[in-house]
Amino acid sequence: MSMNGSTPSSSSQGLSKRTVIALVQDRPGVLARVAGLFRRRGFNIASLVVGKAERPGFSRMTFEVEGDPSIVSHVAMQLDKLIDVVEVTDVTDLDIVWREMALVKVMASAETRGEIMQLVEIFRAKIVDVGAQAIGIEATGDPDKIDSMISLLRPFGVREVMRTGRVAMPRAALVEGGKDGFNVKGQESDIWVAQSADSGSV
Amino acid sequence: MSNEGNELSGAQIVCESLVREGVDVVFGLPGGAILPLYGVLGQWPELRHILVRHEQGGAHAADGYARSTGKVGVVFATSGPGATNLITGLATASMDSAPVVAITGQVNRAAIGRDAFQETDITGATLPVTKHNYLVMRAADIARTMREAFHIARTGRPGPVLIDIPKDVFQEMAQFDWPEEVDLPGYNPPGEGNIEDVKAAAKLIEEAERPVVLAGHGVLISKAWDELRELVEKAEIPVITTLLGISGIPTAHPLSVGMPGMHGHAYASLALEEADLIIAAGARFDDRITGDTKRFAQKSKKIHIDVDPTEIDKNVKANVAVIGDLKAVLRQLIPEVSKSTHTDWVRRIEHLKAEHPSLKIRETDELLGQHVVKTISDVTGGKGHMVTGVGQHQMWAAQFWQSAEPNNWHTSGGLGTMGFEVPAAMGVQVGNPDSVVWSIAGDGGFQMTMSELATVKENNLPVKYAILNNNMLGMITQWQDMMYDKGFYANAYTGNPDFVKLAEAFGILGLRCTSQDDLEATIRKAMEHDGPVVIDFVIRADENVYPMIPAGESIEQLIEEPA
Ligand SMILES: Cc1cc2nc3c(=O)[nH]c(=O)nc-3n(C[C@H](O)[C@H](O)[C@H](O)COP(=O)(O)OP(=O)(O)OC[C@H]3O[C@@H](n4cnc5c(N)ncnc54)[C@H](O)[C@@H]3O)c2cc1C
Ligand SMILES: Cc1ncc(C[n+]2csc(CCOP(=O)(O)OP(=O)(O)O)c2C)c(N)n1
Ligand SMILES: [Mg+2]
Repeated sequence: MSMNGSTPSSSSQGLSKRTVIALVQDRPGVLARVAGLFRRRGFNIASLVVGKAERPGFSRMTFEVEGDPSIVSHVAMQLDKLIDVVEVTDVTDLDIVWREMALVKVMASAETRGEIMQLVEIFRAKIVDVGAQAIGIEATGDPDKIDSMISLLRPFGVREVMRTGRVAMPRAALVEGGKDGFNVKGQESDIWVAQSADSGSV
Repeated sequence: MSNEGNELSGAQIVCESLVREGVDVVFGLPGGAILPLYGVLGQWPELRHILVRHEQGGAHAADGYARSTGKVGVVFATSGPGATNLITGLATASMDSAPVVAITGQVNRAAIGRDAFQETDITGATLPVTKHNYLVMRAADIARTMREAFHIARTGRPGPVLIDIPKDVFQEMAQFDWPEEVDLPGYNPPGEGNIEDVKAAAKLIEEAERPVVLAGHGVLISKAWDELRELVEKAEIPVITTLLGISGIPTAHPLSVGMPGMHGHAYASLALEEADLIIAAGARFDDRITGDTKRFAQKSKKIHIDVDPTEIDKNVKANVAVIGDLKAVLRQLIPEVSKSTHTDWVRRIEHLKAEHPSLKIRETDELLGQHVVKTISDVTGGKGHMVTGVGQHQMWAAQFWQSAEPNNWHTSGGLGTMGFEVPAAMGVQVGNPDSVVWSIAGDGGFQMTMSELATVKENNLPVKYAILNNNMLGMITQWQDMMYDKGFYANAYTGNPDFVKLAEAFGILGLRCTSQDDLEATIRKAMEHDGPVVIDFVIRADENVYPMIPAGESIEQLIEEPA
């Protein structure tokens, strides 16, 4: 979701994307506070997932944020300044497990159904709903895997896609896994990036 | 009266909580939704209520009270328009880190969300201009909320907190239990700095040949003026003060070098540029100081001491950052720094001062704003309090006010709120009843909030309002003159009121001064008068503020004098 109201323009400074996990107190308006902070500071939220945490009265939020590198590196600190935010971890450069779920409704006739089921199998997805003309598929995994499944389903007629955005958690010790986190430098971005810090005001 | 454990109404809990927090004065203006609170206020004679004429005035007064005393300023307003009128005041306090608690009435709980009469989502509206805010939906939650709100407003990097209370929550009964502790797991303002960081800072100081301290508002907020002085005298480090750091060190102190930036003293901007180490002490490298950050102070390393970690590397990159309360950090730092001198550097700065005399007023028979401030400064000896509005008069005040006492300078720096000068000075006077309080006002800003003269009169607050009357929005005229090819538009007032008659209409002594000859006598007369005074200083209109570094530029574009 784009939270930046400014005119898009490209920038050579590049776009930085970070994954941040926040433990927050379940107080009224906490989501509005977090969203307001992102909007105000010019961060772009690529995805945001909220759910109850292990402690009663607390929730965990996973964000993917995009924006000017110098500003985005401040995301975790800015979030931490909110009174209702108890703990913030920028997990971008940590070893993390991360998942995203998607529900996909795809057209399926008697002829194509078999082929679709094969794809579902390959991606270790699940059929969760079957109708006369369409079927519903649930897929979990990393966004790349979901992207490729959806693109392979497209020729059959994808009617609806619902994706959760990513949830992330630092890996438990001894669980092996690759590094995650990326910091794309020099990539063209259509996010407005400030060129001068002068307010222009008097 | 302890009231602990007693059944009280929500309104009574608010009052009892205010007393527990040590509040003795509240600025406010009632309306339907907050009437239950006003209904019981009289039962707490220790809470003095000052009835303002406009809620914005109430918020600025609470802000002025807070800045000048270090205590939390409190303002009450009703729902809807009362609450929205606070917003400018809260934003002003927020930008300058002033501790204010605002209590607003809200429509009854059942009416919330129904576009009820005078309903505004004030917690939503003030989200970006408060440090934190609350909508309290049960009387039983009021005491805890009040305790948290004051704690949040006053600690760490201070700021405004708003508490919105529905009318029927004021009326609901609940047991009063004052929480001894605040339970805010997400809020842990730092105290002392990390000692390794402090040592790293000390090492940079030892290595520096041309160090300066950039002393900001944090010096005043943490009451660290004695520590600042001890540090800079021990290691002979010149001190440059930001607009909000003025009065962190006596202006006449031999190590004091003035204000840098857009309209700062040229020698201060030049010293900042020539330094090889800048120790930013509770200063946030605002764009009025840095101009283009890419060209700002390239020759120096930076030590950044701030209580707010998000300020580090926000505008200017730090070589060493110390996160903590400035007073505590300076106490840690002083013993780590050895006694030393920087004779050549101090001499160089003396040379800069001589070569770039920003405090020289050009020869003229006309009355200038600079003359007025300079004479007030001379007559008061820099003692008492100085409050300003926003514009040219503010810059002249900053340049010419020779502060002789800590924390006696109060101006709206971050938001630059015209109209601050009338009510904020009122709040400063309430907080400092025995001080002489001067307000340097613009004719523009004065007219934005002058309704508070009625409040000033009613409460016999002896504020001395000096209007630097150029019959125009002077700073706007200056920008149009210098940057818009003289595209003057909407900059001049052709029908200003007679400020002397206006003062008299409020029952206040009004004086007028139109020449340098009457200046000192007028100022003395105002000081001798035992009550509020409004002085209309009719100053030369076409006078720009210099020096000037145009917005977004660097020291190379410094303009010292009119072309
Ligand atoms: C017309 C106009 C022109 C201006 N021109 C200039 C100019 O030429 N030069 C200039 O300097 N300013 C100028 N300003 C003001 C400028 O906009 C800023 O408001 C000002 O520079 C900020 O000063 P500051 O960083 O000291 O204070 P603040 O903005 O109040 O920042 C204070 C800093 O101290 C920190 N702090 C707070 N409490 C503590 C504590 N206990 N311990 C440690 N740190 C703490 C805060 O976190 C914050 O980072 C101008 C303003 C106007 C309206
Ligand atoms: C509330 C508000 N509106 C507009 C501005 C923009 N502004 C900055 S300085 C200025 C002129 C101020 O005029 P005056 O109070 O007469 O002071 P002067 O510059 O003439 O000394 C204006 C309009 C502002 N800072 N605040
Ligand atoms: Mg004016």
